[in-house]
Amino acid sequence: MSDLGTAPALAEPEQPEPYEPEEPGGLRALTSRFRGGDLGVLPVVAGLVVIWTVMQSLNSVFLSSTNLVNLTLECAPVGVIALGVGLMLLVGQIDLSIGSLSGMAAALTAILFVDQGLSPWLAVPAAVASAAVIGWLYAQVFNRLGVPSFVITLAGLLGFLGVQLWVLGSKGAINLPYDSGLVTFAQLDFLPQWLSYALVVVAAGWLFAAGYLRARARRTAGLRAASLRGLVLRSLVLLVGLGVAVGYLGQTRGVGWMFVLFLALVLATHYVLTRTKFGKSIYAVGGNVEAARRAGINVKAVYTSMFVLCTTLAAIGGVLAAARLAAANQSTGGGDVNLNAIAAAVIGGTSLFGGRGNAFAALLGIVVIQSISSGLTLLNLDSSFRYMVTGAVLLLAVALDAVARRSRASHGRA
Amino acid sequence: MSSSPSQASPLLSLRGISKTFGAVAALTDVDLDVSAGEVVAVVGDNGAGKSTLVKVLSGVHQPDAGSITFESRTVTVPSPAAAQQLGIATVFQDLALCENLNVIENLFLGRELRALRLDDVAMEVRSRELLRRLSAKIPKLSVPVAALSGGQRQTVAIARSLLGDPKIVILDEPTAALGVAQTAEVLNLIDRLREGGHGVIMISHNMDDVLSVADTVAVLRLGRNNGVFDAIEASTEQIVTAITGAADNAVTRRRRRARRAVSAPAGENAVSGVKEGADHE
Repeated sequence: MSDLGTAPALAEPEQPEPYEPEEPGGLRALTSRFRGGDLGVLPVVAGLVVIWTVMQSLNSVFLSSTNLVNLTLECAPVGVIALGVGLMLLVGQIDLSIGSLSGMAAALTAILFVDQGLSPWLAVPAAVASAAVIGWLYAQVFNRLGVPSFVITLAGLLGFLGVQLWVLGSKGAINLPYDSGLVTFAQLDFLPQWLSYALVVVAAGWLFAAGYLRARARRTAGLRAASLRGLVLRSLVLLVGLGVAVGYLGQTRGVGWMFVLFLALVLATHYVLTRTKFGKSIYAVGGNVEAARRAGINVKAVYTSMFVLCTTLAAIGGVLAAARLAAANQSTGGGDVNLNAIAAAVIGGTSLFGGRGNAFAALLGIVVIQSISSGLTLLNLDSSFRYMVTGAVLLLAVALDAVARRSRASHGRA
Repeated sequence: MSSSPSQASPLLSLRGISKTFGAVAALTDVDLDVSAGEVVAVVGDNGAGKSTLVKVLSGVHQPDAGSITFESRTVTVPSPAAAQQLGIATVFQDLALCENLNVIENLFLGRELRALRLDDVAMEVRSRELLRRLSAKIPKLSVPVAALSGGQRQTVAIARSLLGDPKIVILDEPTAALGVAQTAEVLNLIDRLREGGHGVIMISHNMDDVLSVADTVAVLRLGRNNGVFDAIEASTEQIVTAITGAADNAVTRRRRRARRAVSAPAGENAVSGVKEGADHE
C-alpha cells in the first residue's frame, strides 16, 4: 500500500472542504437513507410487528413465553440454512439444493451415529464435511465450465435427495436416541438464566465499547463521530430490549443453546461481511464481477467460498433439524425447507440480484416465516394456509423491495 | 505538422509497437512519448488502434514487436498487475466501479487496509485527503456509487487509480457520456494530474476536450502514427485531417460550408457537432 503522503503533491484547491463529513450509521444518515429508498430492515421489522399483533389477537397463546421459546427453537435449523443461501444471493448466485443437502447431512449423521455407533463428535463433522466437499465440487463446475449455479444446484437437489433416500435405505427413518447430546442440545439444553442476562450485558457493553472506541478514533482523525449520548442510548436500547426478551423467555424454559448457536453464526457472518476485506470482496463480486476482477480480487475463490459456506451451513441446519426432531427421515430437509430458507433470506431483505443484503436478513426473515407458521398452527389451520400466507408475505416483501428499488432509482441510487 | 515539445527524457517511450490479431494489423510500428507532467491525447477514428494501444500499455495485450521504455529502462508489461507495479494506472471507459459499494469501499477495493479488521478510519481519512487534493466535488463518501453522477464516478475511478501512486495515468474516453459541466470537472481533474507531475495519456474522440487539456496530440490512423501535434499550435482542422487522412473529408467540407454561411467562430461549433456525432456510434 503506497502512502498517499508521499504521492506528488497535487494542486491544493482554494475552495473549503467541499463535503459534509458524516458519521456512517448515525441517525441523520439513517433518515436520509430511508428517504432515498434504502429501507434496510425497517419493512421486515414492521411486518413482524403486524404479524405478531394479528396472531396475538387471534390466539392469545401466540405471544406466550412457551410459544416464543418454541419459536426460537424452530427458527434455528432453517435460519442457519437461510444464512448460507443469503451468502449465495449476495454474490448473485443461488443454491437450490440446500434442502436436499440438509436432509442428506441429517441422514449421514444418523447412519454414522446410530447405525455405525460413531461418536456424534465425529458423525456430525463428517456429515458437514461431506456437504462442504459437495459445495467445492459445485464451485468447480461453476468456475471451470461456467454452468449457471441455478442448474448445478437443481441437479444437486435431485441427486442428493436420492443420496438421502439411499442412505436411509428401506427403513426410511432413523431415530436418534433421546438421551444423546445431539438431541438434548436441540431440545432440552437451555442457558441458565444468569448466563443469558450476562450475555445480554456483554452484548450491550460490547456495542458501547466498540462504538466508543470507533468514535474516539474517528474524532482523533478529524472525522465526525457519533455522540456519546447516541452511543449510550443505543446500548441502553439493546440492553433493555434483549433483557426484557430474555426475562420473558426465562419465565418458562429460557434461551436454547441451539438458538444461541444460530445467533453466534449470524454475528460471525455479520462481522466477516462488514469488517473484513473478504466481506467487501463478496459485496464487490455481487455488485460488479468485472470491477472486482480488475481490482485484483480472486473472483473464483470468492465464488468457491460462498458455495462451500452455503452447503456447509445447509448441512449444519439439517443436523439441527434432525436433532430437534430426534430423527432423520425421508422428509428431513424436504417439503418446504428449501423454499422457506430462500424465502427467509429474501423476506429479510437480501436482494435476489446480488450485492445487497446482510447477515441479519436470515434471522429476521426466518422469524417472520416461523411466526406465520406457528400462529396458523395455533389456529388449527393446516399447512395449506401456511403456504398461502407465506407466499403472500414473500410476494409483499419482493414487491416492497421493487418499490424501494424504484425509489432508489429516482434518487439516483438504482 | 509540428513535433511534440522536446523533453529531456520521456517518462514512457514506445518504439515500433506492432500488434496483430490474426490477419488484422491493429498496430503497426507505433511510437509514443509521454513525459512527466505532460498530457498526451491519443486520437483517431474508430478502429485506429487507440484501444489496442491502451491495452498494450496496461498489460492486457502483449505487443508482437517493439519496445517499451519506462523511466529509461526497457520493460515488458505482461499483466495488468505488472502495469500497476511499474506505475502505469489505467482508468477504463466503463470505470469498473461497484455500484453497491460506497466511495471509500470502491477506492480501496482489493487493497483494503488491515484485512481482518478493516481500518475504515484510516481509509476514510486517506479518501478525503485524496479527493480534496483532486478538488473533487463528491458530497458524501458513505453513499453507494450508484448515487453519484457520471462525472463524480469518473472522479472516483481516477482517484482510485492514484492510490497506487502511479507515474502514468491512462484515461480511456474520460469525457464520453458526460454533460458539459461534468466534462469541465474531469478536464480540471486532468489539469491537476499534470500539475501533480503525472504523465497522462488520454484517449478521446472529442476534439474540443483534446485541444483544451492536452499538451500533445498523437494521431493514430489505421494502426499507424499519423502525426504528433503541439496542442497549442495545431488547429482542429489539421488534426481532423490527420485522423481522416484527407484534407477533403466530411468534416472539412462541413466546416467550409459553415464558414461560408456565418462568421468564423461558428465553424468551431460545426466541427465539434460532427465529432459529437461520431461519439455516439
